[in-house]
Amino acid sequence: MTTTEIDNNTGLVTQEYKINMGPQHPAAHGVLRLVLTLNGEIIEKVEPDLGYIHRGIEKMTERDTYKQIVHLTDRLDYLSSHINNEAVCLAVENALEIEVSDRVKVIRTIIGELTRLASHQLWWGVMGMDIGALTTFMYAFRDRELINDIMEETCGTRLTMNYNKPGGLMFDIHPNFQKRVKEFIKQFKVSLPEYNTLLSGNVIFKKRLQGIGYMSKEDAIAYGVSGPSARGSNISCDVRKIHPYSAYDKVDFKEILIEGGDSYDRYMVRMFEMEESMKIIEQLIDNIPEGDFETKTSAILKLPKGEYYQKVESARGEFGVFIVSDGKKSPYRMKFRSPGFANLSILDKISRGHKIADLVAIMSSLDFVIPDIDR
Amino acid sequence: MYDFSKITGAIHNWLSSIMPDLGVIITEWVLIGVVFLAFFALLGLILVYAERRIAGFFQFRLGPNRVGPFGMFQTVADTVKLLLKELVGTKEADSFLYNLAPYFLIIAALMSMAVIPYGFNLVAYDVNIGLFFMMAVSSIGVIGILLAGWSSNNKYSMIGAIRSSAIIISYELSLGLSSVLAMVLLAGTLNMNEIVMSQQAGWWLFRGHIPAIIAFIVFIITGTAETNRVPFDLTEAESELGAGFHAEYSGIKFAFFFLAEFVNMFIISAIAVTVFLGGWLPIHIPFWDGFNGIMDYIPGPIWFMIKTSIVIFILMWFRWTFPRLRIDQVLTLEWKYLLPISLVNLILMAFVVMMGWVF
Repeated sequence: MTTTEIDNNTGLVTQEYKINMGPQHPAAHGVLRLVLTLNGEIIEKVEPDLGYIHRGIEKMTERDTYKQIVHLTDRLDYLSSHINNEAVCLAVENALEIEVSDRVKVIRTIIGELTRLASHQLWWGVMGMDIGALTTFMYAFRDRELINDIMEETCGTRLTMNYNKPGGLMFDIHPNFQKRVKEFIKQFKVSLPEYNTLLSGNVIFKKRLQGIGYMSKEDAIAYGVSGPSARGSNISCDVRKIHPYSAYDKVDFKEILIEGGDSYDRYMVRMFEMEESMKIIEQLIDNIPEGDFETKTSAILKLPKGEYYQKVESARGEFGVFIVSDGKKSPYRMKFRSPGFANLSILDKISRGHKIADLVAIMSSLDFVIPDIDR
Repeated sequence: MYDFSKITGAIHNWLSSIMPDLGVIITEWVLIGVVFLAFFALLGLILVYAERRIAGFFQFRLGPNRVGPFGMFQTVADTVKLLLKELVGTKEADSFLYNLAPYFLIIAALMSMAVIPYGFNLVAYDVNIGLFFMMAVSSIGVIGILLAGWSSNNKYSMIGAIRSSAIIISYELSLGLSSVLAMVLLAGTLNMNEIVMSQQAGWWLFRGHIPAIIAFIVFIITGTAETNRVPFDLTEAESELGAGFHAEYSGIKFAFFFLAEFVNMFIISAIAVTVFLGGWLPIHIPFWDGFNGIMDYIPGPIWFMIKTSIVIFILMWFRWTFPRLRIDQVLTLEWKYLLPISLVNLILMAFVVMMGWVF
């Protein structure tokens, strides 16, 4: 369809129906602007328009020291802030060949998994809300609050934890940490089946997601989709398995793979992933080894000249940190490979031909965090 | 069973003694109008409060609990806020239609309320085609929604309005034609009061065999769709369309839409109660004479309100549990499932009535 068509007989003008979804829209979980071209209710084109909350974080890294940069990464994907911090710390530690103790590795893994759980819980709540079931949000927040309390006690903050630093952790875990994590796991083992009863098994919910936003394996690879979204299309891409970091090589967990590739499969991957995260935490929580919580480093770290890359599995997919150093206290260039950006690129392809309501469902099933896409 | 026509008759006689006939009619109209407007506003306040408390109950929250005892005056405070708010409209809107739209909904809702029997002979407009009248006037509301969406000159509102008209026009068929008509076959009358009176031996829901139960289920589903509530709230679909057809309305004009939604829910529940659940008749259990005697002491309007509240609670329960359907799924559900089911059900019911299989 061309932009404007004029009927020769009647002189009536037919135009494309374009609507702006966002930046200020209740369904965009941040401030993402999508320009939709519609034919009635059916979507013909989705054009994401970024830049509304661009903060220039990559440029800011060129100004800061490596220890300061860690705190900037909280502001990328704020729901997996600990995991982002960890990526930068690992990159710097590998570059300088700093050895961290096993204690640090295990604590990082536990907190990373707690972060993943909190992120998936929030995603689940919002997923239900996008489909129209408002109660899920409250269920999710009830359980997420417990994780936030643990974070507050141990790390000092609830959302952007800043618990990592190159060489270890800011401080040791709180004496209550193990007890409270165990309490949380006990509680969440009861709550997770409730999630399935309330939403996963609901007929309307299934009808809304099954067969919607089909992503083939080839497409997913071509667009660089990663994380749970890609695993819903049966692509093995879990960085925790492929390139284990921290303590992931010591724990036993399954990489969730589901064949299918529609929104419901992506949904189920995350639901199963929550169980795996709980398993990882259960294996580690009683076996935190003794040792130092940090390796002493100098205040200003200077990475040797060269290029360094570290990737981790964040709650949304593969999060990568690429550092180009010229030997000074700040990096020459730093690039973040954020999972959200790559996942967003496939949105147009998989949502064409669906309805507006489906677009919201597809966006939810891809789990976007907008500051992660728009840095 | 107290006959409310004694009270209304006394008022009528007193008015007749002090003024001419025309004056009596006009005074009575004004009286009824004032009573219904007050009832309408009160109903809106109570239902909004109830909705929020029930939402809290389903979501481990408290709901409003600060203003007054148990937060009961929260909705009053909100109403005052809405009344005082500036009316912000769009420059591009078709201002005549834009301002007219809310009244369609309000008038449709008010007119439907007139034929509901709240007690024995407690009906504002006792007409022999009461149920038909109600179905007819309650459909006027969709014009208001369509006008609101169209005149706002907002693309989101437009989509919401089109969805709404598609849903209401489709669901009107199952609601009126089939599920209510099946019960009219049983009762043998369209007069709301007589429908209630015909249920003295037992509610139609139980006396009408399986067809009555099917009709009741179809009625509840289509009634939810008629009132645009979850899982059929596609007209305002917060996560897709922002606020849908009333996105451009603010202040008291928005409140009109908001009120109309709740009052429509009351009306749908009231029809369900009148047609299926014995209206204002007390609960009677066969052979429990003592129990039935006690139940008879509770006045009809209270029974009516109790039963209506239970149906309203079920509708609210839907809202806080179910996800939203998609527009094509909504229409498929109606045209492919509900309408054929209810048409077959109508024939079944006719058969049941013909054979005299009613309990």
